[in-house]
Amino acid sequence: MRNVLHQLKQYKKNTFLCIGLTTLEVIMEILLPFVTSLIIDQGLEAQNMPAVYRYGILMIVCAALGLVFGALGGRYAASASAGLSANLREAIYRNIQTFSFSNIDKFSVPSLVTRMTTDITNVQFAFMMVIRVAVRAPLNLIFSFAMCMIISPHLSSMFLIAVAFLVIVIGTIMVVTLKIFNQVFRRYDDLNASVQENVSAIRVVKAFVREEHENVKFSKASKMLYDLSVKAEGLLAFNNPAMMVAVYFCIISVSWFGAKFIVGGSMSTGDLTSLFSYIMSLLMSLMMLSMVVVMISMSLASVRRISEILNEKPDITDPEQPIMAVPDGRIDFNHVNFSYKHGSGKNALADIDLHIKSGETIGVIGGTGSGKSSLVNLICRLYDVDDGSVCVGGNDVRSYDTEVLRNQVSVVLQKNTLFSGTILENLRWGNPDATDEECIKACKAACADEFIDRMPDGYNTRIERGGANVSGGQKQRLCIARALLKKPKVLILDDSTSAVDTATDASIRAAFAREIPGTTKIIIAQRVSSVQSADRILVLDNGRINAFDTHENLLKTNEIYQDIYTSQLQGGGDFDQPA
Amino acid sequence: MNEKKQSPAVRSSATLLKRVIKTMLHYYKFSFLLVIVCIIITAIATVVGSTFSQKLVDNYITPMLRDGTDLFGELARDIFRLVCIMALGVITAFSYTRIMVNVSQGTMRNLRNELFRRMEALPIKYFDTHAHGDIMSVYTNDIDTLRQLLSQSIPQIINSLFSMTATLITMIILNPALTVISLLTAVAMLLVTKNFSRLSGKYYIRQQRDLGAVDGFIEEMMDGQKVVKVFCHEQKAIDDFHKINEQLRHSTDKANGYANLLMPINANIGWLSYVVVAIVGAALGINGLAGVTLGTVITFLGLNKAFTNPITQVSQQVNFVVNAAAGAQRVFDLMDTTPEADEGYVELVNAKIDKDGNITESKERTNLWAWKHPHKAEGTVTYTKLEGGVVFDDVDFGYDENKIVLHNISLWAKPGQKIAFVGATGAGKTTITNLINRFYDIADGKIRYDGININKIKKPDLRRSLGMVLQDTHLFTGTVMDNIRYGKLDATDEECIKAAKLANADGFIRRLPDGYDTMLTGDGANLSQGQRQLLAIARAAVADPPALILDEATSSIDTRTEKLVQDGMDALMKGRTTFVIAHRLSTVQNSDCIMVMEQGRIIERGTHDDLIAKKGKYYQLYTGNFAENPA
Repeated sequence: MRNVLHQLKQYKKNTFLCIGLTTLEVIMEILLPFVTSLIIDQGLEAQNMPAVYRYGILMIVCAALGLVFGALGGRYAASASAGLSANLREAIYRNIQTFSFSNIDKFSVPSLVTRMTTDITNVQFAFMMVIRVAVRAPLNLIFSFAMCMIISPHLSSMFLIAVAFLVIVIGTIMVVTLKIFNQVFRRYDDLNASVQENVSAIRVVKAFVREEHENVKFSKASKMLYDLSVKAEGLLAFNNPAMMVAVYFCIISVSWFGAKFIVGGSMSTGDLTSLFSYIMSLLMSLMMLSMVVVMISMSLASVRRISEILNEKPDITDPEQPIMAVPDGRIDFNHVNFSYKHGSGKNALADIDLHIKSGETIGVIGGTGSGKSSLVNLICRLYDVDDGSVCVGGNDVRSYDTEVLRNQVSVVLQKNTLFSGTILENLRWGNPDATDEECIKACKAACADEFIDRMPDGYNTRIERGGANVSGGQKQRLCIARALLKKPKVLILDDSTSAVDTATDASIRAAFAREIPGTTKIIIAQRVSSVQSADRILVLDNGRINAFDTHENLLKTNEIYQDIYTSQLQGGGDFDQPA
Repeated sequence: MNEKKQSPAVRSSATLLKRVIKTMLHYYKFSFLLVIVCIIITAIATVVGSTFSQKLVDNYITPMLRDGTDLFGELARDIFRLVCIMALGVITAFSYTRIMVNVSQGTMRNLRNELFRRMEALPIKYFDTHAHGDIMSVYTNDIDTLRQLLSQSIPQIINSLFSMTATLITMIILNPALTVISLLTAVAMLLVTKNFSRLSGKYYIRQQRDLGAVDGFIEEMMDGQKVVKVFCHEQKAIDDFHKINEQLRHSTDKANGYANLLMPINANIGWLSYVVVAIVGAALGINGLAGVTLGTVITFLGLNKAFTNPITQVSQQVNFVVNAAAGAQRVFDLMDTTPEADEGYVELVNAKIDKDGNITESKERTNLWAWKHPHKAEGTVTYTKLEGGVVFDDVDFGYDENKIVLHNISLWAKPGQKIAFVGATGAGKTTITNLINRFYDIADGKIRYDGININKIKKPDLRRSLGMVLQDTHLFTGTVMDNIRYGKLDATDEECIKAAKLANADGFIRRLPDGYDTMLTGDGANLSQGQRQLLAIARAAVADPPALILDEATSSIDTRTEKLVQDGMDALMKGRTTFVIAHRLSTVQNSDCIMVMEQGRIIERGTHDDLIAKKGKYYQLYTGNFAENPA
């Protein structure tokens, strides 16, 4: 809660202004009925026209002031709450930007989206209500109660009974419903996840003609949400009648005892009328308070989900005095152990000891789950090792400034993404200052120029969200070009040409040899043809180094490599010598 | 005419709200009627309760003080009557709130289900052209806006309308002259409400739109967050976000700002009218004009308050209402999008061959399927055996009508044949396969399936007869078994396991923590790309369709696993018409026909041997490797 409110920042002023103005508005609101009774008693009853004018003008002044205070208060409430929600969104977004890969793995995209929209909207709404009502209700309550006490201490005990009744009933309802509401929110997440799934997998749904099946699944999920919501709100439905019971109890007891007191001479008729109006406002403010409590508690679930992200600390941070330059493309793995869940004992990589010279081209091959991606992800410190160390240019990666390291070690990820924007804009992710010529040159090296030239607007063609309007192979080549623009000392391709045909794949590798001879190149691939021309080839098996040698030697000595090689040859494959 | 121009926002929100209410009434006509009756009884009880003080003073206290008589016995009887009325009021109040919970939640549920159903029926093109985050936002943000409207605003408005009418009648009976003042006040308040709600409505619409944009942006960036990290693009990402976030803040601020003004303005207009009634009433009363007595004035002041209060209360609901209208607009926009059209009338039915060797329809499930083709003109029905033959006859296609991407595609796949597509990325291979199952409709030419124009076949039946393994694998939340069963919902566990074995997925599935019962979440995030593809193949295998489309289905499986998959696939492909797209020429080599594609045209076709002998593009692709990589 505190760290959410902490995000108010520049809108603190508006918040306090709102609270202050609301206080003034409430004072006007309390004065008005008071003046009203003056008009009746001293003006109308006394047939005193000047008094009617006098108090009438006073009322107009009060109303006008109340209007101004109220309007300004509402205005500031809106800007403070809109500001708070904007700040919250930005704070979350900023924090996510500091996340390391393992932080990112923790949260699913739909849950992040719900947190930044629905949850924040809930908080914003609750906040606005609270700053507008939080002052009004208690002030009203205290004032009304004080007035009741002054008019008739005896009758006030009736109010106490009513108030106690309300507090107990509404309190119980609230405690029970809150628990249910927490479940409701979880159901919401499930429902949203199912929509999200359907939106992204719509082709599968349609290809298998499963629209009806999905409809049934969705109806089930929405029925569960419905049942829970009805349960929660059904309980809340007791609030209103409970309030009515309390009000009616007061009206009846005041009527009966009031009549007795007046006849007995200890109270006046005017007092009775005032008492009625104060009962109403007293109970009204109680109701308002209970509404605020509901609001706050409903938004508490949202606050918790927001805080979860705000409190998430990135587990990779820069050292105190980072090294700001990478000397060369040397890479050393010194007895590295690595697991995705530290201490789980399930090592993704075990005892990796590996030394790569600057400018070498290294192929990495191995089955799915053998640890290829994990290995390269350590080089640019997307994850931290459990034991041992990874050095680039002779320095431990943990001693570098992360940005410097990542600019010099360029990875083309296996699951890669393009963003909406033109091709040029996407390319300049690699280097914001790259000239058009540099971009074109990188595309040529990545063999992307031929299809870009064919596009209607060439390099200014817009890429749709997630690269939806380019094919898998085109996407991969654009991603390679984007990585090349960094002019890195180490270039890592994590299975980045799987959707590119073999001929293009070969010419991309030829371009690498020609254009960036000094860069250390690490190529993860499934095809032997993609790695066989490398200086050395690393064979990974089950998170361990199985062999690290040239194509020729591996072919002679390494069983796994031979296996892969022959499996690709069989059926007269296209990769190597014709049969 | 003039008015139309003046308030398009209000007008359209009125129609939107009307539609929300219509949706509600569709299912809950009776409940809602009951709610109205209950609200009226509650309102009467409230009026009786609040006017009792008047009666108390006039009928009991004043006579007792004046005459010194003891009227407490009668008072007790009157109070007892009051208690009964109040008890009834409490019961009806509870009833309508409780019924309204069912009505509002039920309506939301119906809206959600309806929305989902409509969404599932939308053409693929819709999903291509709309940000997924934006679609999601309709479910999360927009439907939510209706909750408050249905559960609180509508009952509140009905309640207020009723008590206003009741008060108005009382006022007219009491004194028509003073009623005019109250009416003028009401008009002023309504004008204020109308204008401010129009203003804030404009911004609420903008707010929902901006919210959708933020949603879309976050989703895209979060999807690519790892790329953002790798490129150290964090600051730029924050700057971009700041821009749209600021826009959203602005519209939210304005929308709520205007809505928040309503309450204080209306409440204080109410007080102003109180003053005016007091002054005019006093002037009339003191001078004894228009039949006004001081007692009337005092009573009237109370009634005036009771008349203007509901307006203030309703105006408090305005921001919910306007916000809901903005949300409803987006909900209905999605609902009203034209669904995928299906004019097909040829159905896929279970068939059997009768004694004479004719194909007839069978009620039971047979392993024989046939196309049931009714001929309207003659009123006859013919049955064609489902075999899986596909013919393209000079087909042109463009995602955009004006931009044709596939030209003059003609091809013949006899039942059981394997047809392969090779060619550079972007040559149009995937596009062709998306035409066979009518994800997209062709611009020109004809596609025939077992000799029937596919436009005549009902889409669900057409798609059922085609198995698909797509380039991007998508799995669903559920167990591994559920995901395989997706291909055939009534498949037994044994059938699913058999399919998994065929796809060579059985091995890794058994190694998963709970085997076939392992839960998959978040699109199978806990599986590797290769494993997901194996599952997708098993899913297609269990469907057991006569024709298959395999789109780069094995690209992310390592070659050793691929060999295993290949064997399974070969078994799967046996006896089925198969369309294969692959970059690895080894997987296409044994095809009956290989189509070499370039820029949306088939430039070469033939068997592997034919094409090698031809020494054309295929030969180049096939041998291109060696030129640069001498072994």
